[in-house]
Amino acid sequence: MKFKQIAGGLLDRRYFLKKSLVFSVAASIPAYLTAQTPLELERTQWMSEPGLGFSNYGQPSPFEKKTIRWTMANSHTPGNGVSWTPLQDLEGIITPSGLHFERHHNGVPQIDPAVHRLTIHGLVTHPLEFSIENLLQYPKISRICFIECGGNSNAGWHKNPIQTPVGNFHGMVSCSEWTGIPLKLLLNEAQLQPQAKWLIAEGGDASLMNVSLPIEKAINDCFVALYQNGERIRPENGYPLRLIVPGWEGVVNVKWLQRLHIASQPSMSRNETAKYTELLPSGKAQQFSFFMSAKSIITNPSFGHQLNRFGLYQISGLAWSGRGKITRVEVSADQGQTWLDAELQDPILSMCFTRFRIPLEWHGQAIVLSSRATDETGYVQPTRTELIAQRGRHGYFHYNAIVNWALSAQGQISHVYN
Amino acid sequence: MSIIKYGLIVFLSWMNPSHAGDALSPMLGNPLSETTIQQRNFTVFQNGQGLPVGQGGVTAGKKIYTSRCLSCHGFEGSGNSAEELAGALHRLTDNPPDKTIGTYWPYATTLFDFIRRAMPMDSPGSLSTQEIYDVTAYLLFLNKIIDHNQTIDNKSLANIKMPNRNGFINHYKNNN
Repeated sequence: MKFKQIAGGLLDRRYFLKKSLVFSVAASIPAYLTAQTPLELERTQWMSEPGLGFSNYGQPSPFEKKTIRWTMANSHTPGNGVSWTPLQDLEGIITPSGLHFERHHNGVPQIDPAVHRLTIHGLVTHPLEFSIENLLQYPKISRICFIECGGNSNAGWHKNPIQTPVGNFHGMVSCSEWTGIPLKLLLNEAQLQPQAKWLIAEGGDASLMNVSLPIEKAINDCFVALYQNGERIRPENGYPLRLIVPGWEGVVNVKWLQRLHIASQPSMSRNETAKYTELLPSGKAQQFSFFMSAKSIITNPSFGHQLNRFGLYQISGLAWSGRGKITRVEVSADQGQTWLDAELQDPILSMCFTRFRIPLEWHGQAIVLSSRATDETGYVQPTRTELIAQRGRHGYFHYNAIVNWALSAQGQISHVYN
Repeated sequence: MSIIKYGLIVFLSWMNPSHAGDALSPMLGNPLSETTIQQRNFTVFQNGQGLPVGQGGVTAGKKIYTSRCLSCHGFEGSGNSAEELAGALHRLTDNPPDKTIGTYWPYATTLFDFIRRAMPMDSPGSLSTQEIYDVTAYLLFLNKIIDHNQTIDNKSLANIKMPNRNGFINHYKNNN
């Protein structure tokens, strides 16, 4: 079977599947049939002595010490900053909890769950508080979804393309399985009054971070999570309780959730006015932007990776949309002139990372690799030129343009704009 | 929706997250007294609802700013490690724009609210209500929104018209 190869060396996404039969037939002749003298059996050091004992909590291999979050904080206020998920080192769709990105406004609180309460008040018939012990007894749901900071990828607005690993550029997005209680269940218990239009969520950290959400989103699919990837949420991700707002910007997924104030209006807090709003060329700013629009990035190969042989490679990347499922990811090797569909790996879930893959036959050709996502609403990820034409260059938040990696004849990768 | 069979409650829509709120609840929330709610309620709205009784002035605010805020926010609201609060040299349509309280923040109430919640970062909650009103007044003065001899209080703060009050477009409302 002949496979379509398009400009730049991209191959049909089914290439690996079809070729695997050929590979298995071509297995080499076993060594024992050809050896003249008996060979000594190979045994590494770790096959020659007992391994380490059991551990109460497993850690990554010491050989993987480079797979870490890259942290950046204000030196005067070390709790105000960010750490990025090292997307360039990861595969699949689940971000290990210890590598989930962080954005804290004033450090990670060390909350005693025995003291913590969730308060629901305002336009409700029954103002209520819930202990963590009580919340743990509620019916739960699980959902695998991404959380992306509204400020993710903001270096894309820079005049010149930033040269840094993909995680340091786009790593304010992570994907976990979150388990908790549908917010609707708790709001029903408190009984919303008819004038209830907004839900103001507040965290119990040193910045008492608060934001407002339309009540219909809260009722539709928000939940208060107690678990992340099967274990209780890590302190830096909101222990003991985090609001999950699927598909919406990270800041509204309030960590250390302690209070839900039901109101007829938003609070117009700092983080929904002065921050997390996008200034447009007109001088007006978009407020309550919420949805994280469809986006994709090739994570491997990407900046910092080196191709050091000719032959077959597998391009791998991530796509996601805050408006639903990813329906298509196309990859180009010629600066967006021609596109080929990448294979979308199951599961393909709404508002969740989707892993895409496509083969590349590389023989030293200098090419530009790009990926373009489409979601189930039909929305297509824009080029940087298109995004800037709409939004200008000073919006800071919600940057989702196509990312291009230039692969040189020497196998090095740099970030380029179209 | 549910049916009961042999004492087990069978959720017909159990596996669909969007219907999961229809599940039965063990109803374990504890009622709250009005006093407890007041003690926990930090929310300040742009119409002034939630502001505590109090007032503040520019001169006192400058003293507090100098001792508690200046090391990060800089002399007269700009120049150090933290957010630029005042002293904008560029308009929002300039390249680059300056997004200060005076050029960008739509509501003065947000200023009181955010200082009370989160500032100063090394000791949040350490300013008295009076001191928060004072610093708020000083920052409004630095942004040429009030005069040096003007005071603000829980009644007047919501009535201060910020220069960028009409500068925001509700993206959610326009796109849903």
